[in-house]
Amino acid sequence: MKVNLQNNKDFLAGLLMIAIGGIAFYMALDYPFGSALRMGPGYFPRVLAGILITFGVYVSLRGLRTKEKVEGVWGWKALAFITVAFWAFGWLMDRVGLIPSLVVMFFLSAFAGHEFKLKEVIILTALMTLFAYGVFIYGLGLPYRLFWWD
Amino acid sequence: MEMFANLIFGFGVALSLQNLIYCFVGVFVGTAIGVLPGVGPLVTIAMLLPITFNLPPIPALIMLSGIYYGSQYGGSTTSILMNLPGETASVVTCIDGYQMARQGRAGPALAIAAIASFIAGCVGTLLIAMFGPPIAEMALKFGAPEYFSLMLMALVAAACLSSGDMVKALAMVVLGLLVGIVGTDVNSGMARYSFGLPELTDGLGFTIVAVGLFAVSEIVKNLETKERGEVFTSKIKHIMPTLHDLKVSIGPIMRGTGVGAFFGTLPGTGPSIAAFSEYMVEKKLAKDPSRFGKGAIEGVAGPEAANNAAAQTAFIPTLTLGIPGSGTMALMLGALTIQGIAPGPQVMTAKPDLFWGLIASMWIGNLLLVILNLPLVGLWVQLLKIPYRWLFPSIIMFCAVGNFSVNNSAMDLYLVGVLGILGYVLMKFDCPPAPLILGFVLGPLMEENLRRALLISRGDPTVFFTRPISLGFMIAAILIVITMILPAIRKKKVEAYTGGGGAP
Repeated sequence: MKVNLQNNKDFLAGLLMIAIGGIAFYMALDYPFGSALRMGPGYFPRVLAGILITFGVYVSLRGLRTKEKVEGVWGWKALAFITVAFWAFGWLMDRVGLIPSLVVMFFLSAFAGHEFKLKEVIILTALMTLFAYGVFIYGLGLPYRLFWWD
Repeated sequence: MEMFANLIFGFGVALSLQNLIYCFVGVFVGTAIGVLPGVGPLVTIAMLLPITFNLPPIPALIMLSGIYYGSQYGGSTTSILMNLPGETASVVTCIDGYQMARQGRAGPALAIAAIASFIAGCVGTLLIAMFGPPIAEMALKFGAPEYFSLMLMALVAAACLSSGDMVKALAMVVLGLLVGIVGTDVNSGMARYSFGLPELTDGLGFTIVAVGLFAVSEIVKNLETKERGEVFTSKIKHIMPTLHDLKVSIGPIMRGTGVGAFFGTLPGTGPSIAAFSEYMVEKKLAKDPSRFGKGAIEGVAGPEAANNAAAQTAFIPTLTLGIPGSGTMALMLGALTIQGIAPGPQVMTAKPDLFWGLIASMWIGNLLLVILNLPLVGLWVQLLKIPYRWLFPSIIMFCAVGNFSVNNSAMDLYLVGVLGILGYVLMKFDCPPAPLILGFVLGPLMEENLRRALLISRGDPTVFFTRPISLGFMIAAILIVITMILPAIRKKKVEAYTGGGGAP
């Protein structure tokens, strides 16, 4: 029997649920369970993790039967650049100030798109950074320094 | 007549210059962003939510609800002009609205959508004012068992009646409840699922979950494929619908308002199912059903009214019971919580200025929508021409700076990235994010009420079935699951969500 599981939507979804449920259950073993009368902090999480695992088993088994595929393509490149853009912005904010952080963030996220036109990205970055200054610093009065020397 | 006194009091709050400005800004910004293709109400609210934390509670809530119905309306504009629905509820508007636009009748389609939304919005606002207080009064008598059963029913209903796969939606509710546990347990003081991070002992920030699950996954999905869509820009000449258009639309608008108000009020159901059901109703009632899908104005008027009536009345369970019925309402409830207001029936008595001010501002917001939208159609059309490669970095900017501003913590942005990955993977597996956020918002409340209920009953779980009101909610929850499992009804649901053919 040859079944392509790599692209099986429900099978993978079920596996993910089982994995999350399993980790949640394992971690909750450290929290006292208590009893129904006096529920400990481990009671609710363990019950929920158990339910999630049950759903996961059902969904993955169903996937073996229906064999529905994941629709469309995976946008890994876009996801990676956008995730890194968020991370970089957070990491840079405390270190170099708002404006350099925004510039890095705009360039990183622009790489997630289909085409990267340098001139466009520069103009967009400049305009939106100005806009961000207007909304967040001037409008909302958020206390961020603009550059590292501020 | 107490209702009118309350409404007048509410208008007094809403008509203050400051609140009026926030209402206007909310509606305007909401519409402008909602119009942008690929940016639905959920993303719009998730993205702007952190910004409103820097405002006091009343203006923040007024602005957020303005953003909410503004983006809802903006989404209809995009549906009609580009055939690109921003969310499930506007899929129906696409069917006939886009056909009308192709026939050169984009103007009347947009106008009738605005008129239908306005009428439905007025009725919806009145319904909240009428039914809010008695429901809240009843809910004040609820004990822990009733609350637990009610939340269980709302979550089950939301999962079962959503457009996707019921089992996956239920699993997402459970996952949301688990994510909601992250943080310090109120009873024992124990940090749960904090992974040793001090930032997580206060719980996972609401805006982090909202942006990660809704905004990031939506943007990445839009970037999977190249930009597409044809905009009808040159042909919008006659905005006003003809007398005949208005005449055939009155019936659908009234019916749509009724259908929408019904589904909006029920906890767990919202605009999507209302719009789809109303479309089916109109198609069934029409003398010539074959016109539907080919630019029938009734197919725009009815569902738009249903959509907006449900969007308004969805505030009833959210504000009076503290139980949101949809992903967007969960975001509104989260906003309340972060403003330091415990949602529930006591809001009306403890914060009458917030409750009635918000209701009055909804009506004002709906009026602003009509005033704003008809003359500004040209401006919205210009916005449609902005390419997505300029839009999404700007959306990311709002999400990033907004989230950073909540706690001034870099950790929040690292978590946004992690949840974004989770959200995207779940979306690819067709696991809907809305039930997850509902579970996330209700999770801590549910655990607390379960605990209290079992403490009162001395650990006897039958307490949920021996108290009459609680039993009623439990029976309703079980009935919903059973009916959705029945093959005949499941087929009907699929039919309702595909519009019975003719869908794009």
